[in-house]
Amino acid sequence: MDAILEFIWLLIRIGLFTLLPLILMVAYYTYAERKVIGAMQSRIGPNRVGPLGLFQPFADVIKLLLKEIILPKEANRYLFLIAPILAIAPAFGVWAVVPVGDGLVWADLNAGVLYVLALSSMGVYGIILAGWASNSKYALLGAMRSAAQVVSYEIALGFSLLGVMILAGSLNLQAIVNAQSGGMLDWYWLPLLPMFLIFFISALAETNRAPFDMAEGESEIVAGFHVDYAGASFAVFFLAEYANMILMSALTAIFFFGGWLSPFEGWAFLGDSWLRDSSIFWFLAKLVFFMFNFLWIRATFPRYRYDQVMRLGWKVFIPITMVWMLVAALFVFNGIVVRGA
Amino acid sequence: MNKIIRYFKSLLMIELFQGLSVTIKHMFKPKVTVFYPEEKIPKSNRFRGIPALRRYTNGEERCIGCKLCEAVCPALAISIDSEMRSDGSRRTTLYEIDLFKCIFCGFCEESCPVDSIVLTDFADYHMEDPKESVLNKQQLLALGDRFEQSISKNRQQDAAYR
Ligand code: SF4
Ligand code: SF4
Repeated sequence: MDAILEFIWLLIRIGLFTLLPLILMVAYYTYAERKVIGAMQSRIGPNRVGPLGLFQPFADVIKLLLKEIILPKEANRYLFLIAPILAIAPAFGVWAVVPVGDGLVWADLNAGVLYVLALSSMGVYGIILAGWASNSKYALLGAMRSAAQVVSYEIALGFSLLGVMILAGSLNLQAIVNAQSGGMLDWYWLPLLPMFLIFFISALAETNRAPFDMAEGESEIVAGFHVDYAGASFAVFFLAEYANMILMSALTAIFFFGGWLSPFEGWAFLGDSWLRDSSIFWFLAKLVFFMFNFLWIRATFPRYRYDQVMRLGWKVFIPITMVWMLVAALFVFNGIVVRGA
Repeated sequence: MNKIIRYFKSLLMIELFQGLSVTIKHMFKPKVTVFYPEEKIPKSNRFRGIPALRRYTNGEERCIGCKLCEAVCPALAISIDSEMRSDGSRRTTLYEIDLFKCIFCGFCEESCPVDSIVLTDFADYHMEDPKESVLNKQQLLALGDRFEQSISKNRQQDAAYR
């Protein structure tokens, strides 16, 4: 009995401290996206619903939920409905091992990085199944593109994380963050600069965001894999995409930008100010920074051509990461970066 | 040599960062949005909006049922029927414009010998039922009455250039 109560209590806490903030963040991320991209195009974005348009996300959610869920006649019902869930579950599941502050993590896994890689590649199953189950050529094409793209960029993503593992000497996310302590210049973005860039660009590709939104490709294949989805089931895909973006921003912050560590840790002249303390605040600041970059990049670059995406992944990113893995190993070997410290 | 320079340029993503700097600069520039229903941009006096039928100042409708507009309309949006009125003049019994067909080209206005059919500068209308897209004679005349001032003002301003 006690065990059951404890389990329920745990579920409530997970819901309260991870799911609810995530969903709220997604809601306001969509709002921020429209505002930021609007501003970059000299527009002002949504401003009608509530002050400054702040209630816009809720209006959108209500609209989506009130709409009819359309089941295409030829679709595979079961897979069609389960696909959005398969897309969103990994996006939330990875947060189990993501430390948002010192010790603030649900599961302190020793193989955290593996768990992250395994789950984040699960998300593509939702997309493939959605495309296949809708039984429409556009959806299928979108799903195929997405699968090919995610598989190729997963390799670059994994290789760039290998560099992090070499320097940190651990697969535990908390240990990786702690290994970066010492201030801005001790974070791994500096010794692993190419890997950091490749990781972030691959993250764009993994989340199917512009300029790698091949899976959606509005101008060529209408909306790709979710062309047949409507109402609530579409909302779930939407949620998954944005949750994935938030997740990737969090991972970038943890692997390359010292997670919750303060950038001014080593700056003695700042005295005892809170700026030098590592706290969840710094994690959120970095998270928001990378989330902003997602929007910034979307506002700037047009979509890649499909063959160019493949070329970039296989012929540019993977060789560079392989070479830089050797460089990272040399860094550790020569003591330029002290392993795990 | 050029090839090598190009290679390094793309490797260092110089052009991509240039692009990013353009967008971030625009983010802080003043916005050009017009708050539409509250604010409107000025319209030309040749603006072609919803069609209307005009009347003479004594209240008599101008249209003489010559069907020139019906003949010239490239979208076949106008349908006209006419009859002899009790005073012996020819008048339309049916004058309809389908707004879904009309392309607002203004040919009907050009062709009309008595300046009866005109395009007003009013374009902010909507309909709640697809059937409402067909304007009948009464509606067109009412539109003409409603916008007579702006119609005649615009025609006067433009007269010198015609
Ligand atoms: S504006 Fe052009 S399309 Fe419209 S009714 Fe007149 S002639 Fe026809
Ligand atoms: S509106 Fe003008 S052109 Fe058309 S039938 Fe009447 S008089 Fe003739």
